[in-house]
Amino acid sequence: MTTKIFSLFLVSLAIQSFMFGQAKDMAVIEGSRYIPLYGRDSTVVEVQDFKMDIYPVTIEAYQQFLKENPKWTKSKVVKLFADKSYLTNWKNDLEPNDAINPKSPVNYVSWFAAKAYCECQDKRLPTVDEWEYVAMADETTKDARIKPSYNEKILAWYEAPRTKENSVGETPKNAWGVYDLHGLVWEWTLDFNSVLITGESRKDMDNDNNLFCGSAAINATDLMNYAAFMRYATRGSLKAKYAMKNLGFRCVQDIKEETK
Amino acid sequence: MKHFKLALSILLIGILSFTSCKENAKKEGSNTAEIPVSREMIAELTSPPNVPTPVGRRKAKKLIVNMEILEQEGELTGGVKYMYWTFGGSVPGSFIRTRVGDEVEFTLSNHPDNKLPHNIDLHAVTGPGGGAESSFVAPGHEKTFSFKTLNPGLYVYHCATAPVGMHIANGMYGLILVEPEGGLPPVDKEYYVMQGDFYTKGKNGERGLQPFDMQKAVDEKADYVVFNGSVDGLTGDNALTAKVGETVRLYVGNGGPNLVSSFHVIGEIFDKVHVEGGELINENIQTTLIPAGGASIVEFRVDVPGSLVLVDHSIFRAFNKGALGILNVEGEEDKKIYSGEIREGIYLPEGPGIQNMPTTDEIVESEIPAKSFDEQMKFGKQVYMQTCFACHQSEGQGIPNAFPPLANSDYLNADVNRAIGVVVNGLSGEITVNGDTYNSVMTKQMISSDDVANVLTYVYNSWGNSKEVVTKEMVEKVKNQ
Repeated sequence: MTTKIFSLFLVSLAIQSFMFGQAKDMAVIEGSRYIPLYGRDSTVVEVQDFKMDIYPVTIEAYQQFLKENPKWTKSKVVKLFADKSYLTNWKNDLEPNDAINPKSPVNYVSWFAAKAYCECQDKRLPTVDEWEYVAMADETTKDARIKPSYNEKILAWYEAPRTKENSVGETPKNAWGVYDLHGLVWEWTLDFNSVLITGESRKDMDNDNNLFCGSAAINATDLMNYAAFMRYATRGSLKAKYAMKNLGFRCVQDIKEETK
Repeated sequence: MKHFKLALSILLIGILSFTSCKENAKKEGSNTAEIPVSREMIAELTSPPNVPTPVGRRKAKKLIVNMEILEQEGELTGGVKYMYWTFGGSVPGSFIRTRVGDEVEFTLSNHPDNKLPHNIDLHAVTGPGGGAESSFVAPGHEKTFSFKTLNPGLYVYHCATAPVGMHIANGMYGLILVEPEGGLPPVDKEYYVMQGDFYTKGKNGERGLQPFDMQKAVDEKADYVVFNGSVDGLTGDNALTAKVGETVRLYVGNGGPNLVSSFHVIGEIFDKVHVEGGELINENIQTTLIPAGGASIVEFRVDVPGSLVLVDHSIFRAFNKGALGILNVEGEEDKKIYSGEIREGIYLPEGPGIQNMPTTDEIVESEIPAKSFDEQMKFGKQVYMQTCFACHQSEGQGIPNAFPPLANSDYLNADVNRAIGVVVNGLSGEITVNGDTYNSVMTKQMISSDDVANVLTYVYNSWGNSKEVVTKEMVEKVKNQ
């Protein structure tokens, strides 16, 4: 009897620590409505509650994924799903080059690979709207976009070389408890190509395209968000099989209905 | 018979005018799209101020252009760093030289270390976006597109990725030349010069890595206006050179993003200007306007030795923001063309006195005092390049008959307190330096005591001077006399 209770206790302890582990690595994001970069009243987007990885996926974590899913190793990956830059900084299928910091964000991964990684964890990639929603927070405010310091910090990253070599979790965490949305690497989003940027950004303005019509007239909103333009432009230049040096990812998870 | 003659002459006139009509049509509209190409050729690309070999009499070819985009840190002026975005590793980007009818196969490669996607809009392209859409490329990738050069002229190219103004402001522009059939007439020297305006968080001269300032760019308040990417882009070791009697052709572009250039060369008259880089040639021009996103070809024969000064004649940009370049001409004097000073006299209708630069600002004390001799030299050189260089020149050699030398200067070395006094109070009237007399005006320099000490220490410890070290205390003492 005692042993039974004891083992029950052990199990619950294990579950608890498991739960704790979950909570530690993901932050709960309360959904809301907001106007993204291409802001006009008509383009308010709504984000549901969800959980987001507090760090981008690291080299270390990706290595574990490759061990469990050899079909995503660089020798076995289907060429349609990853271009030849895929994991180009790895010396073989399961080991990154010696100089690489295992705690740094994984890079040179395609969208297909990132999506598969998240699905293996019962998670998914964030949408652009979800990602941008969390990324508009600074350390203290959930929508810091109007603060000059917010844009300055982001732009300072755009100008800082080799940030991808830093460990995750070293930039200050934002008001949601999430790290590194700005400051290490760009991140894949589920629908990165849903904003149609043709590559000819000036034409996009004429096309009454959501993203750029806002920028045809210069106003405070555009100024506030010009750092974000660079993110949208970057997403627009990608294809799902691309693997890039300054591009990593993180996962999110829907909050299950059962909690209600 | 008479009627027949008349009819014949009418017919003749008709035929003549018809053929001449046809010839005109052939000349003007001559369909450059139909020019055949033979063979492939890899384009020679050059960084400023150099240009590739002229096309000469070569036939139209398939011209392979490989352009690499690099985001890299550089120096805007002494002590001021900037993260440039470049075509080919230089600002302005590599010069591309083609002839009319060439089929250019253009490959744009975005270096994997770069953070951003880029593209290129070449004004020489006939087609949507000037190639922008077809060349939009993510870091670590490359894109290829091709175009035929239909119109001869000098054209700007630039990046057109959002936010467009920022990409241009960071240095993403350059020139592509389309020569007419048979090439432009040969000249002795050709150079590549391009103006651009820069917007930094800190004000002009503030040290350290300066980020781009979007608000200033929108307000069109440039901190720097420069030739060839930096304040010393065309001065000191980067100065252009020519010999007396040579004909010089400058390919001058203006990348902007905002400011229009009033391009002028102090001490020269342009014999020819290809107005706006096109076919129209104007002659005997003092200053030519170069719009942002436009270009001009100027030609002149240099007749007398000396330093010609390239400026944007919106003149505060030249002397206060960096839009100043030097063309050094060597060779024999020609007193008939330019005599130099012949005589001097005294003319004082408003009384003697020393001019001050008008200023409303108090002198700002240096934020970072120099801690060592080496720092004094470093900071002193920066002050020198910002404040003294325009007159006293990069090696302290001065300009004969106008500005006395600081190199090996007996006047300077004779009395350090007098030298300090000259910097803080200004100087006018006749002085003798190394045996030559000078009679001009040096204004009072509105710089901090630290900066005076640093710049004088730099001058005293350069170019064969007495190695005096000037301290802030020495400067303060002179100021308080």
